[in-house]
Amino acid sequence: MTTLLPETDRGGGPGAHQEVFDAAIAADERIEPRDWMPDAYRATLVRQIAQHAHSEIIGMQPEANWITRAPSLRRKAILMAKVQDEAGHGLYLYSAAETLGASRDELLDKLHSGRQKYSSIFNYPTLTWADVGAIGWLVDGAAITNQVPLCRCSYGPYARAMVRVCKEESFHQRQGYELLLALSRGTEAQHAMAQDAVDRWWWPSLMMFGPPDDASKHSAQSMAWKIKRHSNDELRQRFVDICVPQAESLGLTLPDPELRWNEERGHYDFGPIDWSEFHEVLRGNGPCNDQRLDRRRRAHEEGAWVREAAAAYARKHGGQDGDGRTAA
Amino acid sequence: MSAPRTAVLALGDDALVLSHRLGEWAGNAPVLEEEVALANIALDLLGQARALLTMAGDEDELAYLREERAFTNVQLVEQPNGDFAHTIARQLYFSAYQELLYERLADGGTDDAELAALAAKAVKEVAYHRDHAEHWTLRLGDGTETSRKRMKDALEGLWRHTGELFRPVEGLDVDWAGLDEQWARRITGVLERAALTVPEGPRSSPWAAGAGRQGVHTEPFGRMLAEMQHLHRSHPGASW
Amino acid sequence: MTTSEWPLWEVFVRSRRGLSHTHVGSLHAPDAEMALRNARDLYTRRSEGVSIWVVPSSAVTASSPDEKDPFFEPAADKPYRHPTFYEVPEGVRHL
Repeated sequence: MTTLLPETDRGGGPGAHQEVFDAAIAADERIEPRDWMPDAYRATLVRQIAQHAHSEIIGMQPEANWITRAPSLRRKAILMAKVQDEAGHGLYLYSAAETLGASRDELLDKLHSGRQKYSSIFNYPTLTWADVGAIGWLVDGAAITNQVPLCRCSYGPYARAMVRVCKEESFHQRQGYELLLALSRGTEAQHAMAQDAVDRWWWPSLMMFGPPDDASKHSAQSMAWKIKRHSNDELRQRFVDICVPQAESLGLTLPDPELRWNEERGHYDFGPIDWSEFHEVLRGNGPCNDQRLDRRRRAHEEGAWVREAAAAYARKHGGQDGDGRTAA
Repeated sequence: MSAPRTAVLALGDDALVLSHRLGEWAGNAPVLEEEVALANIALDLLGQARALLTMAGDEDELAYLREERAFTNVQLVEQPNGDFAHTIARQLYFSAYQELLYERLADGGTDDAELAALAAKAVKEVAYHRDHAEHWTLRLGDGTETSRKRMKDALEGLWRHTGELFRPVEGLDVDWAGLDEQWARRITGVLERAALTVPEGPRSSPWAAGAGRQGVHTEPFGRMLAEMQHLHRSHPGASW
Repeated sequence: MTTSEWPLWEVFVRSRRGLSHTHVGSLHAPDAEMALRNARDLYTRRSEGVSIWVVPSSAVTASSPDEKDPFFEPAADKPYRHPTFYEVPEGVRHL
């Protein structure tokens, strides 16, 4: 019997399979879970999808930090719904990774033991309420710029998960922008709070697109496999071009004196990124690396008895008891 | 006729405070699927709170600028989350009560049409909350030795806050004693199925000062409000 | 012990009456009842559905991509199963 779970080796020799795979990629067809795929393709996808899923669930923390202090009930409802979406997006993505034979437990274990990464952006603290807005506008904005092309990624389940994620994320960026706009147009103290947040989040947001193309070790292969559709620098430029006019409408400035329109290129020029900060945060030395991972581990450990209890109950009661009805 | 203010505030505060407590779970739930479930319940309750408080005035003024003694939520909902079993026990006790009360309000328990309509909508949400709490009560009660002990402790620990649920609220035409009986039957039924026993001991405090409906709260509530209100209060008159 | 003891379930949602259930993704749950509830919370929180099925992933039997040719190609050379195969004289309607 064959099930939905993927197979890694079905015999028949890799040569013929490789040809079918290459032809599918060349024809812009989707690769589906049980198709033969090169081990390196599978490994790249698992790494990327896992990192993406981890980012969603670690990313809940900086924003959840403000749920209990949200300054109006409307904002509180929006923020709760947004943080909830992040848990949901983590679930969609872990579910995509399962189709490659990587169980959620295994991936969580790798996250908890530091063997898999999440986006470094979440290693920065949310110091004020305005940070919630800056995350929505800049961090989610950068994420969306990165993610929209992933809706056409060559691996079917990942592409489908991203379609759902992108559809739901559109409100995330807007709520952040609206939040910052209210602050920018509010009292002097509120305006200053908004500017301070944008000053702190701008550069880390640009780093979210990853190292420059000439220093990015995975990029070329991922582009060839159509997992990735645009280079890091292309996407970063697109993001800067989008943000500059949006900042003007907000009445806030971006903290880069070299930012100016370049008529010839048809793009905004911007100043050099401090990659030493990026690498330090990536290495684990950011302001919140330890805190984020500790909290994640603690939630998981403290939940162990609950997960065990439900599993024990299911064993006792046959797993399908109660009001389950026949599908019709 | 406009909604009876005392009643609307009491019910609104219940929903507001419990929603806040559930919001504290964000990022801390035992499993990702439960993050989504708890947030759904919190959002339903926050929606109810906003509608109810708006019937009594400005929702943000009421939520952020009242002092502790002006809040009339029952003490049960302000109890700290504790472990997952405590959160489930609190939810079980409260949603069973809320469902019965809202059913009654949707069906003649108030002559205010707006409140009746709100109750009719909310009762569907609350039925799901109660179902969620019941399913978890069964799994924790009849799961492992550890979970059974934790669930039992939680049910017993919160028991003394259940009597207050059935103190009459001014402006509502409800047979409170009858509601209490129905509630007890329902809880007994669930606990029996979960291989647990109904706690014994007093269901309310002997203190003459009263309890939540009189604005008398437990110590953790003041801290909760301090956290909830501080940003709003730091910027008087600002809009968000 | 970990969540791996919570099996994987495939989730199918009927988005509105008159349409079939469509596969939307998967989730983990200890049993069928909880799977149904988790699916409701996760996959229909923006009113995406009116009915849900959950199926243990291990219960799905799938055709293998390797059998794709014997399974699906024989159907390709039988165009007479499709109405467009047939010629209809100009002017003939309701056919």
